[in-house]
Amino acid sequence: MATSPSADAGFVRFDAVEKTYDGINLVVKSLDLSIGRGEFLTMLGPSGSGKTTTLMMLAGFESATSGEIYLDDDRINNIPPHKRGLGMVFQNYALFPHMSIAENIAFPLQVRHLGKAEIAERVRKALDMVQMSGLDARKPAQLSGGQQQRIALARALVFEPKLLLMDEPLGALDKQLREHMQYEIKHLHERLGITIVYVTHDQTEALTMSDRIAVFNDGIIQQLASPADLYEKPDNSFVAQFIGENNRISGRVTSITNGKARIEAQGGSFDALAVKCLAGQVTSVSIRPERVAIEPAQADILFDARIEEVVYLGDHIRIRVSVLGSDEFIVKTPNRNNQRAFNAGETLRIGWAVEDGRALDA
Amino acid sequence: MKMTKTLSVLLGAAAAIGLTAAAHAGQITVISWGGAYTNSQVKAYQEPWMKKTGHTIVSADYNGGLAEIKAQVQSGNVTWDVVDVETSEAISGCNDGLFEKIDASKLPKGDNGAGPLEDFVSGAITDCAIANIAYANVIGYDSSKFTGDKPTKVADFFDLKKFPGKRGLKKESKVNLEFALMADGVAAGDVYKVLATKEGVDRAFKKLETIKSSVVWWEAGAQPPQLLASGEVTMTTAYNGRLFTPAVKENKPFVIIWDGQQQVFDNWAIVKGTKNKDLALDFVAFSTSTKPLADQATYISYGPARKSSAPFVGKFEDGKTDMAPHMPTNPDNMKNALVQDVKFWADKYDELNERFVAWIGK
Amino acid sequence: MSLAMDREALTARLVKAERRGKIRAFLLVAPLLAFVVLSFVIPIVNLVTQAFYGDLVSSTMPKITVELAKWNGKMPAPESLCEAFVTEYKAAKAKDPALPTRIATLVNREFSGSLSKMRPVANNELSAPYCDALAELNEEWTKPEIWNALKLVSPSVSPRFFIQSVDYRLNADGSIRHENEENSIHLALFGRTLMVAAAVTLFCALLGFPIGFLLAHLPTRASNLLMIIVLLPFWTSLLVRTTAWIALLQQNGVINDTLVALGLISDDQRPVMMYNMFATLVAMTHVLLPFMILPLYSVMTGIKPNFVRAARSLGATPLTAFWRVYFPLTIPGLSAGCLLVFILAIGYYITPALVGGQSGQLISNIIAFHMQKTLNWPLASAIGTLLLAGVLLLYWLYNRLVGVDKMKFA
Repeated sequence: MATSPSADAGFVRFDAVEKTYDGINLVVKSLDLSIGRGEFLTMLGPSGSGKTTTLMMLAGFESATSGEIYLDDDRINNIPPHKRGLGMVFQNYALFPHMSIAENIAFPLQVRHLGKAEIAERVRKALDMVQMSGLDARKPAQLSGGQQQRIALARALVFEPKLLLMDEPLGALDKQLREHMQYEIKHLHERLGITIVYVTHDQTEALTMSDRIAVFNDGIIQQLASPADLYEKPDNSFVAQFIGENNRISGRVTSITNGKARIEAQGGSFDALAVKCLAGQVTSVSIRPERVAIEPAQADILFDARIEEVVYLGDHIRIRVSVLGSDEFIVKTPNRNNQRAFNAGETLRIGWAVEDGRALDA
Repeated sequence: MKMTKTLSVLLGAAAAIGLTAAAHAGQITVISWGGAYTNSQVKAYQEPWMKKTGHTIVSADYNGGLAEIKAQVQSGNVTWDVVDVETSEAISGCNDGLFEKIDASKLPKGDNGAGPLEDFVSGAITDCAIANIAYANVIGYDSSKFTGDKPTKVADFFDLKKFPGKRGLKKESKVNLEFALMADGVAAGDVYKVLATKEGVDRAFKKLETIKSSVVWWEAGAQPPQLLASGEVTMTTAYNGRLFTPAVKENKPFVIIWDGQQQVFDNWAIVKGTKNKDLALDFVAFSTSTKPLADQATYISYGPARKSSAPFVGKFEDGKTDMAPHMPTNPDNMKNALVQDVKFWADKYDELNERFVAWIGK
Repeated sequence: MSLAMDREALTARLVKAERRGKIRAFLLVAPLLAFVVLSFVIPIVNLVTQAFYGDLVSSTMPKITVELAKWNGKMPAPESLCEAFVTEYKAAKAKDPALPTRIATLVNREFSGSLSKMRPVANNELSAPYCDALAELNEEWTKPEIWNALKLVSPSVSPRFFIQSVDYRLNADGSIRHENEENSIHLALFGRTLMVAAAVTLFCALLGFPIGFLLAHLPTRASNLLMIIVLLPFWTSLLVRTTAWIALLQQNGVINDTLVALGLISDDQRPVMMYNMFATLVAMTHVLLPFMILPLYSVMTGIKPNFVRAARSLGATPLTAFWRVYFPLTIPGLSAGCLLVFILAIGYYITPALVGGQSGQLISNIIAFHMQKTLNWPLASAIGTLLLAGVLLLYWLYNRLVGVDKMKFA
């Protein structure tokens, strides 16, 4: 990929940054984060997790209570937003309703006192870039949500910023358009090679677009990793639970040998990867539903489960079973010909590999 | 003033509740000019009448003029029963059909046995109204403001050099034009002859013009004593009783200049179409009988309209101030006095007042 | 059953269902509609009608109205004119004793002094030839002025009150003359009223904008407190507020006393802050300020902070962001506030009359004066109608220039 993160020390750096509004509760706790040049980094987390505050501190709309923020090796804590040279796309786009599309895009160029001809030329190019030529004279209210989104992007990029910040930019779009825009933004990123910091609470969005994802919770980055690693190898229960669908089995670690933990759960014991657990402590084992096999010929771990509920979902069938003390255990199976019938109350034999179970913090 | 009004309304309400069973108990609304004046009427006329008849009176204030009465009569929704009006309004209102005719010969005889038509002083009886008192428009000043010579005549009112300070004038042509002419050297007896000519009117306005920039305009009778008391003006025109009461009761340094006083009757008129005509007539007859008229002089320095009342006029409510020297009709006060010419004003009011208003506005 | 019939039945059902809804909706608004018609439409129609229509003379004295219309204005008046006048005037008295004076009052307004000349006509026995009888009563009847005045007031429809509203007078021959210098005041007062209203609007905008901004953007608790302070004047009677300003501003008022006590001015140098234009502007601005603040506040709370943030992130300084983004977004509120304050200010007269002295004389004072003092309601109506037309014109112009209804935000 042309846009893989560069190896330098970090184009954007947060160094022990903290933020509190009321002097009592920290919204962002001792944040260290380094973002490489050209990287697409997503801050993902539930609302109130500190991701938006972090973005606002980077943009300059909030000040850090302590710690340093560097952009291109310059400390920017005390630089006002308009001198940071960052492009930003807001939730609900924040297009200026009293200005036409062309005026909106020309705005950052005008405040930089560029010549009229140059402004016109760059506005035209920017509109071309987002395939919106010919709409210059319209007012934002006359455009659809997706069109407004493109204009907001064009406006944030037209002055060629060093960094593009995006704050839940797709939140207001319907599902189909959102997916479409995700690819557009991703392709734009690849084409322009610009560094993007993207905030969302939607994990699919994060997984689709990002080079790396920082999962926020409770003011702390829970895990910073590539989408695949985040999904496949969550570091803790929060990440496992937050990203994708997850089965949790609670139990106690009786021993750890060779990186494998022996788990004692209600109704049986089994082995799992010891990721974040201690012997003798309680743990919660994370198993992705699609890694669970139904009536496997052979498997590391095999249990009899009771079918609680069967949901037909067209391309696959979801089966909720109770096993090992959990009645929320989900199993997915593709919808194939000659599929056996599943009925609630029947017993189902399920199994998975030891590596697919990750013993995490309780 | 507020107290008495509230009191009489309360009395009215209490009586209305208490006496609804008694079929004969009625209620009338009496409108007058407020302040010390209404107070004197409540004490001398209204309370004795209510006590005597068991009916109740709702007492309210207005600032003169026939507009409200005209509106009530024209809409057929008459809520005012008895109104205290000046003679010129009494006549024009009578001509316009706003007031009921009152047969003065049916009023009670004087206490000395004189028939009503002989007992009332000249000018006190008109077709639709019976005078209760004669008051005077006078000039008053705050003696504490002039340490040297004190003003003594009308001309002093217009002498801003000798007696500096703002002047209070009623916002109306009547009275002011006469004062101006008298100040300009016209004898009281010639005032209306001069004012009937265009030159005379010009002369009066020219005189007024000399103090225009120092004038504070008042509209309600209660304002002049307030203007004097607050120091806003040093001299003002006023109704004589309004200056008398605070001077005696509150020891204010207010002094009345009787030179050029202009006497006017206040009259009771009954609004045409009232449903309480008989009660209203009874109240008017009662209050304009000898004793109540004399009683009123106990509370305010206005002259009773009946000759037979004069011997009964005694001391002010404080029990020590003789009222006689403070009456407009006292011979000492009549040396250069004017009786307002009602006929003149009926003809000329529209024209002169229009010019007056235009003059103020410029 | 055919498809067409089905469709017809369906349409009928729809109409029926809709009609029920419409009736219900109408019944819901009916009280309001009745209220608006009774308290707003009818009085305004009445006002405008009174300004040019009055059939007192033409209905009670129809013959003289015709005769006067025929009359060429030359003296001596033809006997037919005198006869028609005397007989009809007396007949009017027989019908209602108040009528002769009411008619004479109208004539008196066109030619001062007519009242005392006309009243004897109704009260004395007169016999033919009537012109001579009238001349004997008063020699004014041999001169054209009083007849001309009578001619002016006799038609039921007349533009004379509108003409008088702009400081001109209608002559009996249909020509127009300028009002006497000393009586012409209306145009000057129209001008002053507009000036005062414009100035008050400007001051309200200048003061209201920052307050609206604070209200919209302060933390809730502080803004609630501020809102109460803003609304406080609404809960106080107009007269109390005005009187409070008198107590503050007068010669021996709180402000002057404080300045003297602080030694900032000497006792004989107290500035005059009362009964002048200054007091008018201060008191009116105070009274009308909430009408500016509330629309501004409601618009400003709707402006998301992201607009200004977007502008700042795009490179605008705080001032540029305010001027080019925030301020334009407040225009609907600002313009609504300005329109509201301006229109209210044009009609204000109690406050300026109480605190403004002679400079507080505005056009509405003249209207009130004619309503209450001279009882010349048609003239008051004519001036009121002109004022109403002026306000409507301003609104139309404003709508053309600014376009309130065109500015809509998502």
